[in-house]
Amino acid sequence: MKKYTDTGKKDTRSGFGDGLTELGKKNKDVVALCADLTGSLKMDEFKENNPERFFQIGIAEANMIGIAAGLTIGGKIPFTGTFANFSTGRVYDQIRQSVAYSGKNVKICASHAGLTLGEDGATHQILEDIGLMKMLPGMTVINTCDYNQTKAATIAIADYEGPVYLRFGRPKVANFTSADQNFQIGKAVQLQEGTDVTIIATGHLVWEALQAAETLNENGITADVINIHTIKPLDDQAILKSVKKTGCVVTAEEHNFLGGLGESVARLLSTQYPAPQEFIATQDTFGESGTPEQLMDKYGLNASAIVSAVEKVIARK
Amino acid sequence: MADYKALEDLVVQVRRDILRQVHKVNSGHPGGSLGCTEFFVALYNELMERNENFTMDGFGEDLFFLSNGHISPVFYSVLARAGYFPVEELNTFRLLNSRLQGHPTTHEGLPGVRIASGSLGQGISVSIGAALAKKLNKDKHLIYTLCGDGELQEGQNWEAIMYAAGNNVDNLIVTVDLNGQQIDGSTNNVLPMGNLKAKFEAFGWDVMDIEKGNDLKSIVDGMKKAKEKTGNGKPICVLLHTVMGNGVDFMMHTHDWHGKAPNDEQLENALAQNPVTLGDY
Repeated sequence: MKKYTDTGKKDTRSGFGDGLTELGKKNKDVVALCADLTGSLKMDEFKENNPERFFQIGIAEANMIGIAAGLTIGGKIPFTGTFANFSTGRVYDQIRQSVAYSGKNVKICASHAGLTLGEDGATHQILEDIGLMKMLPGMTVINTCDYNQTKAATIAIADYEGPVYLRFGRPKVANFTSADQNFQIGKAVQLQEGTDVTIIATGHLVWEALQAAETLNENGITADVINIHTIKPLDDQAILKSVKKTGCVVTAEEHNFLGGLGESVARLLSTQYPAPQEFIATQDTFGESGTPEQLMDKYGLNASAIVSAVEKVIARK
Repeated sequence: MADYKALEDLVVQVRRDILRQVHKVNSGHPGGSLGCTEFFVALYNELMERNENFTMDGFGEDLFFLSNGHISPVFYSVLARAGYFPVEELNTFRLLNSRLQGHPTTHEGLPGVRIASGSLGQGISVSIGAALAKKLNKDKHLIYTLCGDGELQEGQNWEAIMYAAGNNVDNLIVTVDLNGQQIDGSTNNVLPMGNLKAKFEAFGWDVMDIEKGNDLKSIVDGMKKAKEKTGNGKPICVLLHTVMGNGVDFMMHTHDWHGKAPNDEQLENALAQNPVTLGDY
């Protein structure tokens, strides 16, 4: 097994902030907009370095999306920053018409996604955003797993022409991907090689999938572990190649099982290579207050839940 | 001095284009289109500084954004007759595989359109973004926007109105088509909006009225005054007092023709009131 080391817990949102700071230095067309959450989104350094290219919009997300769309007309590359809930559901029609349908080069960057937002509770813990965004024609949907990958993704999406939804989170989590990784939109990352089961994970669940694979390995089960940072466009070939080898799959995400990564994988497999699948995801429910760890445990989004799902799916082969 | 005879001829021809577009497909929005015909003709032919070739970024030229996208018939006619695409293409309005979608969009690549609109309330925000890009690019040209009065019931407008004043977006002229009508009736009956001038002023905008919003000379003179007001730290709002359905007697002063096409007989009557000037497409 490959060994992955947590080089020190860091939040993915800091990866976004640091990536944005770097973009500020190297790409003069990059501009940033924030709806009164500059500190939470770690956009302070970009703001300080580039005051003329930073737009404080206030608590007015609909206006932020519209202004971002307008800024592209004139060659700017706008990065909007707010919580995932306010980045998607609150402004769905604005994104749909002014960004996606209009084909505008806006990067919608969303922090505090999912249950790990923690104590603020369900009003802020969106578990539907991947589904909302992936249904928009032309929208690229990315959910990164750690600090390094979020930073790399932030920098990479500036060079891609078209609307992007970049999803990341609040808590400090394991930082284990390479600091100098070459982030390729739409390209799956194979983290472990195995033959008994495929575990496809995104976001915070990728580290949990690696932990699960270690436990499984101790029990004589080898797992292919695939990090799907880009949910749309999905890396069909990587998934099919793995499932043809293992014959079953567990998908894992911090999102509702309706509309998430798991459904995208199920759609692919049902049309190309039907195989048993288990879903690690929330079960059509809202979240609640609690610490991130408590919530991930209660809603079954951690390594031990993945191990159970693997045992179940292998039995269904 | 503007050639008002030529502009007037164009107005009459654009009215014919509007009526013929919506009649052919028995759908579309003639009332608001007719009410804004003089404004569009003046804007594109007398007021805006426009480049010969259309580019999405529009560097070095004034830009226009239509927020109330349902008045696409007048937008399409004026764009076509200003040379953005062949006037014959007006024949394809609302047809399958057309670039002239029911509401304007960039999706099919129609020259002259820079944003999709139709879902209301988004145009001022987009215009602010384009105005900020102009400032970053050190481009002195202006952003013109048109929105409906009923459209101002959408809350996003007021986010945008607050932002533009608070951030001195002074290269922006937003015109409100003040016809007092919306789909369900008069704006006063559907949702009274009170004193729009006072509202915009309270938000920090420089507001002016064009009382005769269907009179070419009043529009040209008024909009030139509005242009002079730009660059002074405040966004500009022009309240354009128009008559819905202007130029076709049975369509005037009513919301009935907001989203309804004339039948054959009504078309004949309407066209007779507006005899051919430049030639039909």
